[in-house]
Amino acid sequence: MKAKVIITPKAEVLDPQGKTVQTALEQMGCTGVRQVRVGKYIEVEMDGDHDTVRTKLSEYADKFLANPNIEDYRLKLED
Amino acid sequence: MNFAVLQFPGSNCDQDCVHVLRNVLGHSASFLWHKEKSLGNADAVLVPGGFSYGDYLRTGSIARFSPVMTLVKEFARQGGYVLGICNGFQILCEAGLLPGSLICNRSLQFRCEHVYLKVSNHESPFTCQIPQDKVLRIPIAHGEGNYFCDEKTLETLEVNRQILLQYVDEDGDLTDHANPNGSIKNIAGICNIEGNVAGMMPHPERASEFALNGDDGRLIFESLLHTLNPTLNTV
Repeated sequence: MKAKVIITPKAEVLDPQGKTVQTALEQMGCTGVRQVRVGKYIEVEMDGDHDTVRTKLSEYADKFLANPNIEDYRLKLED
Repeated sequence: MNFAVLQFPGSNCDQDCVHVLRNVLGHSASFLWHKEKSLGNADAVLVPGGFSYGDYLRTGSIARFSPVMTLVKEFARQGGYVLGICNGFQILCEAGLLPGSLICNRSLQFRCEHVYLKVSNHESPFTCQIPQDKVLRIPIAHGEGNYFCDEKTLETLEVNRQILLQYVDEDGDLTDHANPNGSIKNIAGICNIEGNVAGMMPHPERASEFALNGDDGRLIFESLLHTLNPTLNTV
């Protein structure tokens, strides 16, 4: 099964990359940009059924893939 | 005194730390590969700077799972002194030995320059030999040194006097301009509640002899040496 882990900086954490990308977009003439947040995207191919993969990946996302002090994450599993 | 200086794949300030401890300060220091299963007879552990595991995923996030870190955690739990410098600070935060995190500099630049530091707590094991009102001049070299923690953690840091070093200007004034990376409260170094584990982004090992344009960093090591053995005449 393929799982996607999408990691984003927490709302209260300053995101200098997001700010810089936002400024660049605006300078390129892209109007209406309210906010940009730059995060990480990790693809994991893993054996197991839906529930097992979700449980296992949540455990490892909590302790390794994301840092709960500064990041949120969400999992997307492909059927 | 015996120091263990950890080496992870990608550490690059380990040699400098050992040089200062051995050749400048005259103590014993050994390299300790991250897969070692014993800290030997170490009186203190140094987690040096560098780019452990290429800074992949997040700085320090992979090194914290190295076998030696289990030993370091136990050593710290028993009151052993641990100092993390730059990437070492990042590793200690990821390992949960220090609160908070080091995130990307607000400028997005890798900053490599001398900075000025104010000592915010002169009673810690890592700063006790630094004269009152002394403004330290020590270099930094990092892209992710922007200290962040939530408000509750910051309050705890302040109440327990865990903030050890703050970026200031040459006159010792805490200004936003003097903050090279965007750290909250200009934080450059902190310790845990117990006081035996500390981390700092500036590199004291790069400023411990006059040949390197200043020796203020020496005061950090001398503080630790004094803590380990108050009868040692280090200064």
